[in-house]
Amino acid sequence: MTVTTATTTTGRPRARQRGRALGNTAAALLILAVLLFPVYWMLNTALQPDTGLAGTGWFPADPGAENFGTALRTQGGSLLTSFAVALGAVAVCLLLAAPAAYGLARFGLRGGRAIVFGTLITQMVPGIVVANALYSAYAELGLVNTYPGLILADASLGLPFAIVLLRAFMVSIPGEVVEAALVDGANRFTAFVRVVLPMSRNALITAGLFTFLFAWSDFMFALTLNTTDDVRPITLGIYQFVGAHVTDWGAVMATAVLSAVPAAVLLVVAQKHIAAGVTGGSVK
Amino acid sequence: MTTTGTAVSADPANPAAAAAPPGPTGRPGRGRLFQWLFIAPALLYMAAFFGYPLVRNIVMSFQHFTPTTYFTGEAPFNGLDNWRAVLSDQLFTDALWHTAVFTAGSLLGQFTIGLALAVFFSRRFPLSGLVRAVLLLPWLVPMVVSAVVWRRILDQEHGILNTALQAAGLVQDGPPWLSSPSTALFATILVNIWIGIPFNMVILYGGLQEIPRELYEAASLDGASAWRTFRSVTLPVLRPVITVVLVLGFMSTVKILDLILALTSGGPADSTHTLGTVTYQLSFLQLDFGRGAVVGNVLILISAVFAVLYLRANRADFGQGK
Repeated sequence: MTVTTATTTTGRPRARQRGRALGNTAAALLILAVLLFPVYWMLNTALQPDTGLAGTGWFPADPGAENFGTALRTQGGSLLTSFAVALGAVAVCLLLAAPAAYGLARFGLRGGRAIVFGTLITQMVPGIVVANALYSAYAELGLVNTYPGLILADASLGLPFAIVLLRAFMVSIPGEVVEAALVDGANRFTAFVRVVLPMSRNALITAGLFTFLFAWSDFMFALTLNTTDDVRPITLGIYQFVGAHVTDWGAVMATAVLSAVPAAVLLVVAQKHIAAGVTGGSVK
Repeated sequence: MTTTGTAVSADPANPAAAAAPPGPTGRPGRGRLFQWLFIAPALLYMAAFFGYPLVRNIVMSFQHFTPTTYFTGEAPFNGLDNWRAVLSDQLFTDALWHTAVFTAGSLLGQFTIGLALAVFFSRRFPLSGLVRAVLLLPWLVPMVVSAVVWRRILDQEHGILNTALQAAGLVQDGPPWLSSPSTALFATILVNIWIGIPFNMVILYGGLQEIPRELYEAASLDGASAWRTFRSVTLPVLRPVITVVLVLGFMSTVKILDLILALTSGGPADSTHTLGTVTYQLSFLQLDFGRGAVVGNVLILISAVFAVLYLRANRADFGQGK
């Protein structure tokens, strides 16, 4: 709306326009400061080495990295675990989702629509209910306290989203492109691998990034499907850390900062994908 | 191979696709079978990780689990005992109530603030896009991590919130946010509102961008005030998006577990137990998976009602979209 008025030629309204825009920017920055204060506080506390039980200063006047040293020493293994589990979950999720999404987008199979709706419904199933039943099955299959067990469970966090997102994208790939490959002698599967997957690169990246983040953030499966410390992702690590070392808040916050790094990286690297992902996956 | 599927599949619901001509192999079933192979792995997985748990939970809710069940493998059926025990338990009734208050409070706060921000960021000004993107951060950080940070902020004696309130002279003694039964649920709602704002903002912002500009121009020609325009133009057109946002928010809030476990573990004095945390406590702390399953089933029942709403909202969206 601002644009229409901005085209008026007189100088006065334009100056006022600019003033108003700057006022909006100031308001936006204020909103940002208020809403991101907890994030600032996390960083601030992490950078103050002598933060114990007592209060924390408003600014890290004498910043130091000691807390991060403690965090890495005590939680470094958990960070690696989280990384491995999240990567595994991404692999499982994309391997399952990409062909399925293509099948649902292209083949017009009887019941395809029902499957898409079913996929949407699975997003509604409370995780704790899944964990409740899954633990029994895992106990019987020997999957409790194992990497494959946690990876498989975490893949479920991203799969419905990935299928819906990829399907929405693959529907828009022109059929002629695939047909051309088929005429060239490719079978349906090689056409999928050589033509459809490369064309779906952006959608695959988005689905992969989100699955990574979902798996990285997972706390419930980590908590319920592990009874020992053999597989302990960072979410579980920080949860136990707070229980045990509640005196060392500096180190806890440094751990929090480290475990928030993937989110921050994602935000910087894949800003566009995120907006598309949040809206695309849940609305469309 | 012919182009059977690809050619007809523009409309996935088109029944004609099922009767597509057979491939050169001459056997009508073969191509179809091959096509199903694309979907089969995902279907099997979903059956194992969503379908099976749903069924198993129902069965489990009629079984007697004890701490030794997973050693002995014995979980005899015990009829309605679990259901009776859970439904007559004061903790369950309390948790049901807490869940309702938590969900309603969270949604109200998230949605109102999210909508206000979405409207605000629809204006054009420098840095708008950047700020909007950075605001997503709280939603992307693992919930447990946010909860841990908030636990520190809300600490009664050393938390920065009370320190600030006292410095500003607003209170004499800071409220015991998370450590008193009378304020703990309120405090958890506050934290959850904070977590949910970005999600609401992003989706509502997307919805706002799709509203045709002409509608606003028409309203402005009619001399409608900003508030009037918002009520008579923006809200009605935005309604499908609002439904989706609220239903999705409901689904993710009603099953809340991470946040509350990390903030209060359901305490103090059980004042923040929700259906999610009670399920966890019964199953994984008391190792009574049968009763945990009962609460889980109640949770599913509640979610199912809203899943229907969601699908209806989504179907409308599918119709308009592709």
